Amino acid sequence: MRSFLAGVLVSGTLAFGTAGSAGATVPVEKVESPGGISAYLLHEPSVPLIAMSFLFKGGAQFETDEQAGLARMTAALLDEGAGERESLTFRTELEDNGIRLSFDADRDTLTGDLRTLTENRALAFELLRDALIEPRFDVEPIERIRGQLTAGLKRRQNDPNTIARQAFFETAFPEHAYGHPSEGTVEAVASIARDDIVAYHGRQLALDKLHVGVAGDITAEELAGVLDEVFGELPAATPAPEVRAIEPAPGTLVVVPQAVPQSVVAFGHAGIDRLDPDYYAAYVANYILGGGGFQSRLLHEIREKRGLAYSAYSYLLDADLSPLWSGGVATNNADVAESVRLVREEVARIAEGDIAADELEGAKTFLTGSFPLRLTSNARVASLLMSMSSLGLDEDFLARRNDYIEAVTLDDVQRVARELFDPEALIIVVVGEPEGLG
Amino acid sequence: MPLRSLLLMTALAAGTTTASPVAAQIFDPETFTLENGMDVVVVTNRRAPVVSHWVWYRVGTADSPPGKSGLPHFLEHLMFKGTDSLEPGEFSRNVARNGGTENAMTSSDFTAYFQNIAKDRLPLVMRMEADRMANLQLTDEVVLPERDVVLEERRSRVDNDPGARLNEQINAAQFLNHPYGDPIIGWFHEMETYTREDAKDFYETWYAPNNAILIVVGDVDAADVRPLAEETYGKIAPRPVPERIRLAEPPQEAARRVTLEDPRVAQPSVVRTYLAPSQRQADWETAYALDVFAEVLGGGTTSRLYRELVVEQGLAASAGAFYRGSSYDSTTFRIYASPRAGVSLETLEAAIDQVLETALEEGLTEQEVERAKKRMQAESVYARDSLGGAARIFGVALTTGLTVEDVEAWPERLATITLDQVNTVGRDVLRAGRSVTGLLRAPSSPVEGETG
Repeated sequence: MRSFLAGVLVSGTLAFGTAGSAGATVPVEKVESPGGISAYLLHEPSVPLIAMSFLFKGGAQFETDEQAGLARMTAALLDEGAGERESLTFRTELEDNGIRLSFDADRDTLTGDLRTLTENRALAFELLRDALIEPRFDVEPIERIRGQLTAGLKRRQNDPNTIARQAFFETAFPEHAYGHPSEGTVEAVASIARDDIVAYHGRQLALDKLHVGVAGDITAEELAGVLDEVFGELPAATPAPEVRAIEPAPGTLVVVPQAVPQSVVAFGHAGIDRLDPDYYAAYVANYILGGGGFQSRLLHEIREKRGLAYSAYSYLLDADLSPLWSGGVATNNADVAESVRLVREEVARIAEGDIAADELEGAKTFLTGSFPLRLTSNARVASLLMSMSSLGLDEDFLARRNDYIEAVTLDDVQRVARELFDPEALIIVVVGEPEGLG
Repeated sequence: MPLRSLLLMTALAAGTTTASPVAAQIFDPETFTLENGMDVVVVTNRRAPVVSHWVWYRVGTADSPPGKSGLPHFLEHLMFKGTDSLEPGEFSRNVARNGGTENAMTSSDFTAYFQNIAKDRLPLVMRMEADRMANLQLTDEVVLPERDVVLEERRSRVDNDPGARLNEQINAAQFLNHPYGDPIIGWFHEMETYTREDAKDFYETWYAPNNAILIVVGDVDAADVRPLAEETYGKIAPRPVPERIRLAEPPQEAARRVTLEDPRVAQPSVVRTYLAPSQRQADWETAYALDVFAEVLGGGTTSRLYRELVVEQGLAASAGAFYRGSSYDSTTFRIYASPRAGVSLETLEAAIDQVLETALEEGLTEQEVERAKKRMQAESVYARDSLGGAARIFGVALTTGLTVEDVEAWPERLATITLDQVNTVGRDVLRAGRSVTGLLRAPSSPVEGETG
């Protein structure tokens, strides 16, 4: 078996010419409806189904602290009765016709996903239109969804992962919308009134906040009509949330006591704007530090060499008001201080621009070669197209994306790593009973 | 929608063999067997120039040696630790440097490894996967830190989560004798005793081509895959592999109750499981009828449990049921519910029992059964919207004693299930003596220093 290994080693340095071929096989169209609503479409008729993903910008940015959870609660109520159909009738129509419709909301957006078999699409789009334009917000579903959100919040309120994530945002963004618990709180959810929901719905769902991605068995001409039918009755524009961009707070270490055998750690600091010219260099640098699974420095040092954790990772979070770089690790209470030390050490190392040429090449071959894998399901493509629209990227982005990665030079990635990473700025939250920290 | 996808997998993998071949319905696969006995399934999907390449072994944690629960999962981790010709970690580095993604998974009945990668790199991953099927090298230097890794994995998945700890206790109570009562990841005190020799012995016993299945989905067909398979996996000699004979369950005669109280539980819940036959043990009619029963009783937000407990009586925040027919030996039918604020678990459990009693005594209706079947059949179209979906469905089916024909015939067979079959199998299976009821809640008086 040794003979083929020479080939394996060499293959790591081969250029992986998928940029052009991915572009050629992914003909994204920009569809504009007669009513002026646009969407990105990948027409893919090989399976008789259609996936549509859309978002409205705003989400929890519209909430006051007293309304924490309002965006999620409203999202959860959109498919609970609309137009003439009360909740049970509406949900029966969806389920009996295999139509999957779901809504959610987070820090920056309210999102929706629709999946339908081609044969049921007329009904699917009618139900979606009704959910967006004429949600009923009846008393029974309001109380039921309130109960479900409350149960979910209670289920997670002692979950160390949830606590760590929330504490990280509270620490990074005190007195700001991002520090506020966008998943909601039990107290706030208890006090949300129907009027709040109606008001939020009226402000959130407007065409100036909408971005749509579609993939599957539907042509551009057909989609143009559907866009007007589904979204055409929404208001053209509504006031934006009254929020400001913000920098994360200075670096600090926070320990949240919790009686669990394993401490959960969330860490991070400021990131980089998604549209910054250096974004791809930062993306590559993060792959090398903590984004590349077994190839990343964090997982190698913490898991492979020392067996301190099952996972250790980092990522760039494209939050609208404050782009972040963030990560996590979980280690038993006795050894977690060692994991935290290693995170600090690796951040310090990459912050000095210590990146080798072969690491850059490894990152590039993975990031370019694996890109086509993201284009194998309509559901995933629709979501990707929605994000492209939201970021203001052109329809040929998918064809060009690998060129952006290829263009990153060793100088770029070293320079951007020095600018982006800063061990002094690390906000570290530890939930558990850590020994030797604090 | 995790539950729907779970149902899909169980539904597609649910139903015993023997029926004559029927027209292809879902994935239209090509199949062949190598001379050494390794089965191959190829599903062509030409959306993108990529493939999803999987090897499934017909061995899982229910085949662990006594006192070494979870050992197959530990071995799964160690399969990335090098061979005669690959350094530890080199397998993963080669996959990543060729633009591939990879992972592995272990269940009670199977262990599976996969890479998603550009189709011109398929020969590379097949060579490497075949290499580690035959030439795994293990040293204490890599084995012992990895034992710490799986212990941390257990802490993350189970020990930090009261709900997961209760599930372990429910399973242990459900299976009186069968190793399905052991957690897939293993009991902590047994995991601590894993050695290099344990892993090596297990590997040498079970990892043989005649105990493995190759599944490739993507921009290839059998004519492409066959010569590659013959050059790689085909070169590995077959060897005798033990039959999978697990300890059998005795008749279950007493309803069991387990309660886990932890001050960290702020939202209580109740789970009821019933020992149920798998498709392999029974027949496809039984398995599909149970699937339909679960769908009517507790699938989605128009099911009986949801409508009665969540909507009409307002007792529960959530409620549902599902059945997992894709199991080599016995499986379970599960009901779950979580109360709204101010409702006791006792009240909720009584309401569940009432819904169940009505369903069993009066029977489900023709309309409910037909609606459920139609809903479930839509899943077979959605299953085609990914490469991994087809691979997982065939892999689970073939490692739990089912056939390619069982998968492909699923929509057609499901359509034939009658109301009478559904009601009969419900009454046969959902008997108190075969059940475990699990309660998750905070202690009635808070432990000092804790807040519930």
